[in-house]
Amino acid sequence: MIWKKHFFKETCCRCGAPDTEIQNEELETRGKVKKRKKKNENKRVIISNLPFGSKKRKENPNIYYDSNKIKTTKYTILTFLPKNIYEQFHRFANVYFVVIALLNFVPVVNAFQPEVSVIPICVIMAITAIKDAWEDFRRYKLDKEINHMGCYIYSREERAYVEKCWKDVRVGDFVQLQCNETIPADILLLYSSDQNGICHLETANLDGETNLKQRQVVMGFSSQNTLFEPEFFRNTIICEMPNNDLNKFKGYMEQPNHERIGFNIESLLLRGCTIRNTEAAIGIVIYAGHETKAMLNNNGPRYKRSKIERRMNTDIFLCVGLLLVMCLVGAVGHGIWTGNFSEYPPYDVPDENGNFLSPVLAGFYMFLTMIILLQVLIPISLYVSIELVKLGQVFLIHNDIDLYDEEADLPIQCRALNITEDLGQIQYIFSDKTGTLTENKMVFRRCTVDGIEFSHQENARRLETHKELDLDDEDFAKLQHFTLPPMNIETPATYKQRTVRPLRRCQSARAHFQGHTRNRSLGRRDSNQSQVAFSSAIEKDVTPDSRLLRRVREAAFQAENLSPFMHTKTSTSFTDFFLALAICNTVLVSTATEPRQRVTVPPPIKPSGITLEKIHQIFQRLKLASLSQSFSSSQSSSDLGASFSAKSTEEHLAVLDCCDNGDNCCSRGDELQGKGSTDIGSASLDEVFKSVTNSSLPTDFCYEAESPDEAALVYAAQAYSFTLVSRTPEQVTVRLPQGTLLTFDILYTLGFDSVRKRMSVVVRHPLTKAIVVYTKGADSVIMDLLEDSSKAEISAEKRMKRIKEKTQKHLDYYARDGLRTLCIAKKVLNEDDFQKWANFRREAEAAIDNRDELLMETAQHLETKLTLLGATGIEDRLQDGVPDTIAALREAGIKIWVLTGDKQETAVNIAYSCKLLNQRDTVFTINTENKETCESLLNLTLEEVKKNYEVEKPWRRFFGIIPTSFSASEAPSPEFGLVIDGQTLNVIFQGGLEEKFLALTKHCRSVLCCRSTPLQKSMVVKLIRRQLKVMTLSIGDGANDVSMIQAADVGIGISGQEGMQAVMASDFAISRFKHLKKLLLVHGHWCYARLAKMVIYFFYKNVSYVNLLFWYQFFCGFSGSTMIDYWQMIFFNLFFTSMPPLLFGILDKDVSAETLLGLPELYKNGQNSEIYKLSTFIITMLDAFYQSLICFFVPYLTYKDSNIDVFSFGNPINTISLLTILLHQALEMKTWTLFHLVTMIGSVVFYFVFSLIYNAACVVCNPPTNPYWVMEKQLSDPIFYLLCLITPVIALLPRFFIFALRGTFGTSLILKAQQIDKLPKGQQDHEIQKLRSRKQTTSGAPVASPTSHAVSHEDTENQGLSASEVNPLRKETPEEGYYFFNKWAEEEPTATDSSAGPFSGHYLLVPSRVTTPGQDGGKLSKDNANSFNQGSHRRSVSAVTL
Amino acid sequence: IYLSFSRKHEVDTLTKVHNRLIGTKGEARPSRCPDNSAFKQQKLPAWKPQLTIAAVLSCFFLTGVFCLSVGVCLIMSANSVREIQIDYSDKCSDCSKLRENSSNWNKECHCSINFMLKEDILGDVFMYYGLQNFYQNHRRYVISRSDAQLLGRNIQKSYCAPFTTYRNGTPMAPCGAIANSMFNDTIDLFYNLNSSVIQVPLLKTGNSWWTDKNVKFRNPKSYNLSSAFAGTARPPYWQKPVYLLDEEDERNNGYVNDDFIVWMRVSAFATFRNLYRRVRRIRQFADGLPAGNYTFHISYNFPVTKFKGRKHVILSTMVWSGGSNPFLGIAYVVSGTAATLTGFVITVIHLKGHQNTDLHFKNYDLIESLD
Repeated sequence: MIWKKHFFKETCCRCGAPDTEIQNEELETRGKVKKRKKKNENKRVIISNLPFGSKKRKENPNIYYDSNKIKTTKYTILTFLPKNIYEQFHRFANVYFVVIALLNFVPVVNAFQPEVSVIPICVIMAITAIKDAWEDFRRYKLDKEINHMGCYIYSREERAYVEKCWKDVRVGDFVQLQCNETIPADILLLYSSDQNGICHLETANLDGETNLKQRQVVMGFSSQNTLFEPEFFRNTIICEMPNNDLNKFKGYMEQPNHERIGFNIESLLLRGCTIRNTEAAIGIVIYAGHETKAMLNNNGPRYKRSKIERRMNTDIFLCVGLLLVMCLVGAVGHGIWTGNFSEYPPYDVPDENGNFLSPVLAGFYMFLTMIILLQVLIPISLYVSIELVKLGQVFLIHNDIDLYDEEADLPIQCRALNITEDLGQIQYIFSDKTGTLTENKMVFRRCTVDGIEFSHQENARRLETHKELDLDDEDFAKLQHFTLPPMNIETPATYKQRTVRPLRRCQSARAHFQGHTRNRSLGRRDSNQSQVAFSSAIEKDVTPDSRLLRRVREAAFQAENLSPFMHTKTSTSFTDFFLALAICNTVLVSTATEPRQRVTVPPPIKPSGITLEKIHQIFQRLKLASLSQSFSSSQSSSDLGASFSAKSTEEHLAVLDCCDNGDNCCSRGDELQGKGSTDIGSASLDEVFKSVTNSSLPTDFCYEAESPDEAALVYAAQAYSFTLVSRTPEQVTVRLPQGTLLTFDILYTLGFDSVRKRMSVVVRHPLTKAIVVYTKGADSVIMDLLEDSSKAEISAEKRMKRIKEKTQKHLDYYARDGLRTLCIAKKVLNEDDFQKWANFRREAEAAIDNRDELLMETAQHLETKLTLLGATGIEDRLQDGVPDTIAALREAGIKIWVLTGDKQETAVNIAYSCKLLNQRDTVFTINTENKETCESLLNLTLEEVKKNYEVEKPWRRFFGIIPTSFSASEAPSPEFGLVIDGQTLNVIFQGGLEEKFLALTKHCRSVLCCRSTPLQKSMVVKLIRRQLKVMTLSIGDGANDVSMIQAADVGIGISGQEGMQAVMASDFAISRFKHLKKLLLVHGHWCYARLAKMVIYFFYKNVSYVNLLFWYQFFCGFSGSTMIDYWQMIFFNLFFTSMPPLLFGILDKDVSAETLLGLPELYKNGQNSEIYKLSTFIITMLDAFYQSLICFFVPYLTYKDSNIDVFSFGNPINTISLLTILLHQALEMKTWTLFHLVTMIGSVVFYFVFSLIYNAACVVCNPPTNPYWVMEKQLSDPIFYLLCLITPVIALLPRFFIFALRGTFGTSLILKAQQIDKLPKGQQDHEIQKLRSRKQTTSGAPVASPTSHAVSHEDTENQGLSASEVNPLRKETPEEGYYFFNKWAEEEPTATDSSAGPFSGHYLLVPSRVTTPGQDGGKLSKDNANSFNQGSHRRSVSAVTL
Repeated sequence: IYLSFSRKHEVDTLTKVHNRLIGTKGEARPSRCPDNSAFKQQKLPAWKPQLTIAAVLSCFFLTGVFCLSVGVCLIMSANSVREIQIDYSDKCSDCSKLRENSSNWNKECHCSINFMLKEDILGDVFMYYGLQNFYQNHRRYVISRSDAQLLGRNIQKSYCAPFTTYRNGTPMAPCGAIANSMFNDTIDLFYNLNSSVIQVPLLKTGNSWWTDKNVKFRNPKSYNLSSAFAGTARPPYWQKPVYLLDEEDERNNGYVNDDFIVWMRVSAFATFRNLYRRVRRIRQFADGLPAGNYTFHISYNFPVTKFKGRKHVILSTMVWSGGSNPFLGIAYVVSGTAATLTGFVITVIHLKGHQNTDLHFKNYDLIESLD
């Protein structure tokens, strides 16, 4: 160490270079590390631990860093009590009760024996403490388990890696990791057994992504060929302080000779990940224990306060008010009572010194005494009960089998424990689109190359069959029956076969479909086909478009015939297009047979490769002809055959693959060919499946992509025989249709980021040696980056322009079809340019400070002047049951917004397909960047909406009141949808237009926000939540939804394919969107109803009980006497009446799950907080007062003037109120199970048993009160029984009367639903249907009217342009963009393109730039943009411009 | 209960790794699928009470009929109780004035009150003294006693203050405000039969709860009572020490004196009565008190004027349902009537409403009644 210090001092002097600042700083920090200071230090310095033996341990700077021992427990045995008590005192209620208990110790004011009065609060706190302790103990056990896992650390003494526990790992240690080992800490990778210095990771534990990630040994560090020797590691590592960013890490390593080696996250192995495919890896520990990124990311549970709790807190304040009033009455009463006596009566006992208090002082003391006496008015047990009930509710939700996803083996996870009832009060849902509404399983659907569109009809058909096949085994068999026969004349033999086989068929079908369920942990299943790592069969199999396939073959053939790879313009774009698809990505390849054996080395080309290749090519040409024939024939003869051509192609490919290995494949190929063309139809489906799975397996590649889009594109390329064979950081190998293996050198990979919205790879073509940039990205970006055509030749320019226009047209069409679009472009660089750029890039990479900005800049520099190759359309399929769920939620009165980062067209289309928007809805689109325009647009639309709304209103209200009578002739009025984009949102937020926006959205059935950033998403949620004071729910699956999830009252994460961030941030995590239906409609409703009723009941219980004491004060001179023994009072709340409400809160079901699902309308009950609101609270309070009056005065009047003593009087009162309170609960209960019955009866029995024992057990154990033998005496008195019979009856008569009235004559939906519940099964459905149909017609939702009002973009565009005349608002709103008003109406479809999608009622308020990119710049539109007019609204396409 | 997600994952991984190490297949890992049990799926067999018209009506009418019948019985039995109540707080005006001045505590004062029974009082006759406006239930009064002392134990700590000890340290026996303010009038009843005066035989004992007399109250153990209470003094308001409460009956003396025990059972209200004596049913009183003229001889010791109180003496019989208070019967009758009326009201509403509401509901009712 000493020599090192000197060394550094010297260097410091020597280099007064520009970057000494950092060095100085670093040296400073270095020096200071020893003194354990941390003066705004933002760097961490790590050196090897090895030079410091056990003796010099103290000198090691690393010892000041956290060790790897983790401790997530809050308490230790010693600190538990003080810490837990301290934490419990953060709850106001606890403080309140403790203060009251302490007050009781003051002799003048005490109401009870002070020692006893501490008991309730102690019990409550003890229960909470036990709960906390148990949770903490579980954490402790887990910690221990993790801390004691083993790993290998280099030991200097033994000169070898010795096994140690995880907790003994220290920063600066060298850890050797083996395959499949979990990484114990954040480790900087220094050595990997892989020859390229790569180490593979599975990060599923961290972010849920199952694809393997590559980590690289610190670039340029040591030679990989020699084994790494920790002893000789003398470098100093300087890196950033621990932070929780999983994707960022930077630092550098300083060698003894002062050379610096930079490294980043690519070299960091994160704790919790698993090493895969790498024999051994060695690294130095950088962060350990709680400082690791994984642990820093691990936030504890979230505490949210639910709406009911907020409501409850205000009611508690009401109770406090009530308490004060009652105490005041007591105080004043006592003062007056005391002042009445001229002389002290014998029963007014003076204090110990024989002095009496003055009436005023006595009154004041009595005030305090009364507070103690009536403290229970604030329900002490409520908080604990609510917590317990919520635990129970969470348990039940968690165990719901309907919310369990079989595929992922995941039940619902309830991460927040205290907002279950909020699920029943949701008014707004904000949903992400991708991965939430859709499956996030990308399927290649269409592509356009060179301006020519290829529709991939066969593929579409295949997907449809897939969808249907997914349904069921029965359906499957039916489908088979339906699809197969018309094609072939079945021979009796095959017929027989078929009849024999159904069982096997099912099995094989099963096996196949299992294959495309996503398999998370590999190696769990041993069947080969299930080891598809990332993509399902749907995504994998792409049926090539026959037209395109032919063209590709031709192109390849041409290229072959001409001198190899001298590309002509026409042919090359096809080849290039697919090459780009195959290369331009970060997809990793592994083979299916050996899972996770990554193919990094291209399969060695055999010596005879060339000849084989030749044969292959011949075969290829032969086959090509027949293939296309077969396709065309099958297509023409029957569509059904084509639907299976996916399989046949697959087989062909398989054959192609076999051909690499042997010569005898031709014959097989022919066989297959024959099959493909004619037999395919007759072959039963399972046979096809089998052959596919069998034949394609050996050389089947598995592609592991970071995003499913990428994989889909690679699979698409594969379908056209551009197969990605292997990928290393340096090289990528692609097999061409000819069978040739081309290995490209990857010069650079510019990864995808959301700012650039594109990614590029720079490769060197192996044959031409040209440097090619392939870029793939969002169309909006790529289109702007295309080569400036002015420089090119005129003909080429024209061609380019034409292609661009056409492609754009196709892109628009794709987007309208709901496809995700990507543009593919390329650029050829010359060597000099590239070198220049490469230097620039290297500098940027070496930069430390603003590396990100520089890298971005360099990337942007490269990605210019691109040549458009084509574009792809990928479908993101809707999840199962999404439309149904959305319809149900909508019916439940929930407004659903979709907030997505996607394009407008895609989003609108998904909205239509998932029934978020109806065909007949009027849809407004607002896209603008200017505040004034935005404002006027909002005004305009608002007016428009209001006009409609006012017409609607009267009859709506009419139906709201009398739902039974309605006339069906009433035309359903349209509902409104609003589409808005991120920019406009920004304008709204910045321009203070929120209110108008909200006013507009209030009338809209659904709102779509497209192209919105995560921040905007959360801003929208916050805006709605704050301004409208509504309950909001956000649901999303990706990292971009995290802020939105956190902003909402209830955040739901979908544990889908995009990692775990959303789940980590959520309150509940489900695996499918459709689970939301049951979660909200059933569990939400139940939880809300249960908890709301329970809370109300608790208030009632306490008030009605405490009031008994209050009434007694009027008969004891307001002296604070109690007629009930204190122990019995304590037990009353803690035990006798606590279980039934708890059970009620957990298990009650007012309506069955089936009915709740059948009648989503029932959800409105919770939405409007109908069970627990101020009015119900007040009514309950009044009822409590009434009941307590009865419970007190009936016994009072009965025992009046008798020789009854205090406790003998209190005993029947206590008993009566117990019975009343329990019977009240019984009235509230809608479901009686055995549990309910047992607890009810148990409570009463327990009360009597306890009272009997307590009253008999001790004579003097509880001075000064002494209820000895009171219960026994009472039980022998008939009056007691007569009282116990009549009083609850009188007390509950009014409530029962109202219940009876409601039960027999009430028309509330809940009651009807309850009645329906009682009906037999068949009738139930019938009744539900009846109710629903009635509701639907009243709510004005159109039943069905599939009139298509298709209006294509082109049409609106043209009309918009042509109608640009009058513009009264021209001067006021000089703004870029013009606007359309096309009204849904009874107009004929004016669309030229019939499949243009359901853009029927679509108000387009779009700036032209977006909709008409094909036009010459924005000039024309700019002119038009200056006009604005309000069109006539009865025209279907009333296009108005300004 | 709660486990953060990534930690769960960590554990999962651990188990996975573990499985791999010991060579078991992943299938051994239990599925996370929840049990399909009735409880967890909230499908327990349950009874769902439904307030149908039939149930409601039968409920109301049954309750009404039951309450009415019980109520009529109760009122009838309460009416059979004979009771005479005489306020004597002002009848002996001299005495009440005398007692206003506490310095006259040891002066005796007697008065007699005549009354006439128009008809016989048959059965057991109980004699009560009644106090009005005496707040025995005052909080500080109620706790001012020591049950331990009354059990014959030595007491260290009590709530008796300031009636625990005298200034000189002599403890009071019994201590506390309740004992101190014990009702100490003596009342005797005389029957004037043909100008001869016969004392009505009254039972002093058996008026308190058996458990009080035998368990809750015990004299300190000693060879005789006076020695047992040696070293203690009477409470300040008392005229004689506790061991002289009943000199005639050893078992009714000291703490176990019935009058004392009855007093110590503090009353629930400010107006109350305590059982004082029972008529011993012998000789001409075998059937109760015959009609005729009677005289109460009262030794007036207990002052009530200073708290505006009143004193009564009450002769009453008892029935199974208690005393003469008819309230419970009335309550039954009233609530029974109310329930019945409500039943009728509901019936009327039902019949009227039935014509208006659609057949929908009729169906339900039919189905319900079929069930």
